[in-house]
Amino acid sequence: MTMDIGYVRTDFVPAKPAPGRTGGPILWAQKNLFSTPTNALFTVFGILFLLWAVPPLYNFIIGHAVMPGGTVEECRAEGAGACWAYIYARFNFFIYGFYPIEEYWRPNIVFVMLAALIIPLLMPTAPFKRTNALLFFVVFPVVSFYLLSGGVFGMRYVPTEQWGGLMVTLIISLVGIICSIPLGILLALGRQSKLPIIKTLCVLFIELWRAVPLITVLFMASIMLPLFMPAGTTVDKLLRALVGVTLFSSAYLAETVRGGLQALPRGQFEAGASLGLGYWKRTYFIILPQALKHVIPGIVNNFIALFKDTSLVSIVGIFDLLNTVQSASSDIEWASPTQAVTGYVFAASMFWMFCFAMSRYSLWMEHRLDTGHKR
Amino acid sequence: MTHVSETNVERTVDTAAMQVSTTDVAIEVIGMHKWYSDFHVLRDINLKVMRGERIVIAGPSGSGKSTLIRCINRLEEHQEGQIVVNGTELTADLKRIDEVRREVGMVFQHFNLFPHLTILQNLTLAPIWVRGIPKAEAEATAMHYLERVKIPEQAQKFPGQLSGGQQQRVAIARSLCMQPRIMLFDEPTSALDPEMVKEVLEVMISLAEDGMTMICVTHEMGFARQVANRVIFMDQGQIIEQNDPENFFSNPQHERTKLFLSQILH
Amino acid sequence: MAVHGNLSGPAPRPSLLNDPVFRGIIYQVLVAVAVFGFIAWIVLNTAQNLAMQNKTTGFDFLFRTAGFDISFTLFPWSRTSLYWQAFVAGLLNTLLVAVIGIFFATIIGFTLGIARLSSNWLISRVATVYIETIRNIPLLLQLFFWYFAVLKAMPAVRDSFLLPLGVYINQRGIMVPMPLPDHEFIWVAVAFVVCLAAAIAIGIWATRQRTLTGHYPNSIVLAARFANAVVMFALAYLAVTLLGQIVPSLGTPIVAAVGGLALVAVSLTPYRPYAGAFVAFAIAFVVASALLASMFSSIPLVVLQVVGALIGAAVGWIMLERIGTAPVDASRFPTALPILVVFGVPLALYYLIGAELAFEPPVLQRFNFQGGFQLPPELVALVFGLSIYTAAFIAENVRGGIRAVSKGQTEAAQSLGLKEGDRLRLVIIPQAMRVIVPPLTSQYLNLTKNSSLGAAIGYPELVNVFTGTTLNQTGKAIEVIALTMAVYLTFSLLTSAFMNWYNGRVALVER
Repeated sequence: MTMDIGYVRTDFVPAKPAPGRTGGPILWAQKNLFSTPTNALFTVFGILFLLWAVPPLYNFIIGHAVMPGGTVEECRAEGAGACWAYIYARFNFFIYGFYPIEEYWRPNIVFVMLAALIIPLLMPTAPFKRTNALLFFVVFPVVSFYLLSGGVFGMRYVPTEQWGGLMVTLIISLVGIICSIPLGILLALGRQSKLPIIKTLCVLFIELWRAVPLITVLFMASIMLPLFMPAGTTVDKLLRALVGVTLFSSAYLAETVRGGLQALPRGQFEAGASLGLGYWKRTYFIILPQALKHVIPGIVNNFIALFKDTSLVSIVGIFDLLNTVQSASSDIEWASPTQAVTGYVFAASMFWMFCFAMSRYSLWMEHRLDTGHKR
Repeated sequence: MTHVSETNVERTVDTAAMQVSTTDVAIEVIGMHKWYSDFHVLRDINLKVMRGERIVIAGPSGSGKSTLIRCINRLEEHQEGQIVVNGTELTADLKRIDEVRREVGMVFQHFNLFPHLTILQNLTLAPIWVRGIPKAEAEATAMHYLERVKIPEQAQKFPGQLSGGQQQRVAIARSLCMQPRIMLFDEPTSALDPEMVKEVLEVMISLAEDGMTMICVTHEMGFARQVANRVIFMDQGQIIEQNDPENFFSNPQHERTKLFLSQILH
Repeated sequence: MAVHGNLSGPAPRPSLLNDPVFRGIIYQVLVAVAVFGFIAWIVLNTAQNLAMQNKTTGFDFLFRTAGFDISFTLFPWSRTSLYWQAFVAGLLNTLLVAVIGIFFATIIGFTLGIARLSSNWLISRVATVYIETIRNIPLLLQLFFWYFAVLKAMPAVRDSFLLPLGVYINQRGIMVPMPLPDHEFIWVAVAFVVCLAAAIAIGIWATRQRTLTGHYPNSIVLAARFANAVVMFALAYLAVTLLGQIVPSLGTPIVAAVGGLALVAVSLTPYRPYAGAFVAFAIAFVVASALLASMFSSIPLVVLQVVGALIGAAVGWIMLERIGTAPVDASRFPTALPILVVFGVPLALYYLIGAELAFEPPVLQRFNFQGGFQLPPELVALVFGLSIYTAAFIAENVRGGIRAVSKGQTEAAQSLGLKEGDRLRLVIIPQAMRVIVPPLTSQYLNLTKNSSLGAAIGYPELVNVFTGTTLNQTGKAIEVIALTMAVYLTFSLLTSAFMNWYNGRVALVER
């Protein structure tokens, strides 16, 4: 068919299905697994790797594992997999540490409060944001502190040495993030400030903590903090770690917030100034609400890093989740070849669940903000 | 509705100099179909482009214009039918495709200059590494084409330092440095500010005057009127109508063409 | 001060308290007083506390005898060494683990990052699972796992595992054969370095000639043809020898030499893709079969060899398509030449001057190993943990960097007729690297900082030796912690200096 000048289509070509199959598993495999010889080779390697890695992994975790209720003898048997019976038996220790059993209801209330407050806080559409935030950032920490340590309203006093497990991991990371958010915001504002002395102090503070590893900060907090205090003051061990963690994470948070401040168009600053608002009003009513909204994913990522980093407090002798697992692994009562590995797998999956959920949340928020921006 | 404008370039175009061969076929598309997975994007395309022809493809957005010219240098694959460019049929053979692409220049809507290279390096990259032309010679050719697009003074700058119109002219010069026999333009002025459209169109017109075989996807109807010797109207993945610009604009035949023209030509 | 009452002058100044400049100064003075007051308070408290504990301050302790053992040092260490030497030992151990860790993390990270972008669904999924698993588990936990659950769970010395190449693994670490070069061997090493430099120089020169004249110089082309034949012979010899492991009658040097020569002869004809494909097939077949045999010990060898042969066939087929039928000409980069220079010349020298590189294998005595070189399990676990953990983050950077190069760049390069290799080399990689290098550098810094976690598994790095043992023994908390922090601060400053320099150098010029 030739088409010359003056061609006009008379027969409209209807859409027809593509030649060959466009759907179905075979075509999918052809396209995604065997599109070129090199790809096919990679697929073969991938399948061989999975064949090699997955069955032993499955056997360890499920197939040959000793499930809760099993005995230590089963765990000691030749070829036994993970000793879940041991995790089940020591579960309370991993969650509450040395907290007295009859007082478990106190941390449990704290866990419930935490869930009840944080879930609506993280949902962008949930109402009463301001009240919710106030409850979470101010009321919740105070109530939790008195609930956990007791000594008031006739509740038994429980010293922090007895706190432990997942509870302490959550406490350290939550206190760390709750305290470092205001500190980080102030530092970020200071770093953006036009006042040279304030700017220099903030830059020095931020860069110092970002430059050194957390472990040296924790050493510093646990060894030097008592030296810094007036003679005769004793500083609680957990508090020392909390101070270290907060200083450290506020520096990282400051950089995240600064990113949000820098991303704001200049016009926002100028608009605020043109309304005749003073610096603090301008910052509080115009700049921060916008900047903070955009750094929520960044703050969540900071929280993930902090949550993982809390495991370092085990080095300065605090019984967080990792430390309880580590110390329980030398428990003679449950001694078996797979005891240590089972403990690590358990701790790893706990950490993983929290971190993965948060990172998905952060991605989701990022996506939401992105599209919101375009509209 | 896509942005359509009519920028008239204020000069007479020397159409007499534009020789169209009657025997030498540059591109031939025969019964070509293309699908994006299940979506039938190009349907039964038949097109024969003679050496020296200037073709403008118009049509509403999503009608498959860009996809069609992207098929011609196989940035997209077709599934049915034949595409023959400079006597070579486009198949999956990579070597052949590279050979075809050397002879077919392409100008993109978003310029796609290499931002990490200077303008001169942008222009000499392909001549040196594809054609094996000595550097000095490649640079001389590059300067020649930069002069032709009227920005020789920008040779040592980076793309990011140039305006959109200048970047697009560089992109045209970059294609010309490979001394292609066919040039494809994929909405070359759509991403430009209105005041820059003219400078790019001027370059395209002067190319046409030199007898370059050109296929342009564009909404510049003024350009089509002045330069094209054929206007093709596409809708829903098929060629609906084609005619010489005179008749195409004054006497459209198909309902869709009429509708389209009434929308853009007030 | 402005003069009031002048109507034509500027508007009357607001009260001093509302003047932003004045307020700025007041704020700053207040903050400075508060901060320095706080610091002074801390200093006073500290001085008082130290006085009460009868402690002095100062760095003179560095020149006292340390009197403790360090399990692993890069220079001779004894109990009589001084504290500053302990500092250096710790610092060197930190640097050692950082360098090795960075090396492996980079390789794993780039591989994973590219794998994640692969069009192969399975490969990209495996990479994703790796990244999402590893980066959501605390590094310290991973280190504990590698150290306590893997390396410490190895058999006791008497029951050490024997790995290939005479490597043993047991509770006390990994024992590898100790290389014992003789006096002549130094020349081979020197030759290797010189040849490496020469090969790079040849590559650069040839490429420059290629741009200047449009083709690679004739001398290079001739040399490359020769190099091709030699490299082909070496590979073919290797391939036939390897086949000898499966077909024993092929396993003699004479057969290998004859086979090698025959394949070289084929490679000089237009049938050269078949020679290359055969060599690729043979090597892939044998290596894959051996690998499979070690992975699936329960499956009969014949079955595994069939699978290995299929893999080999696939590799051969890929090579068949990749190798051109034309001989090396002036338009193609002479890859074989640098390879021959780097490996061939030192090897020839090795035999020519009769140098010898012996390996002293570790030998199991009654209670411990004699000879060989012992990699401490702490080092191995730390390198493992750091590389695997950091690689997950590097992979994300690499993926981001590659994706940051727009599709239009590839299309523009394609439409100019650039071949895939040139497209990557000239257009995609230079742009991707600009995006990748800055975050990559900060991952390197992170890895170095994270190496301090080695303290938790007993690897004697800076924090362990200095902030741990030295501090405990001397009680010089302030000095020791300040010195340790100063070290990391230096690393950090060096890194950001590099990043600033790099960003300044490669920044895309914009209007």
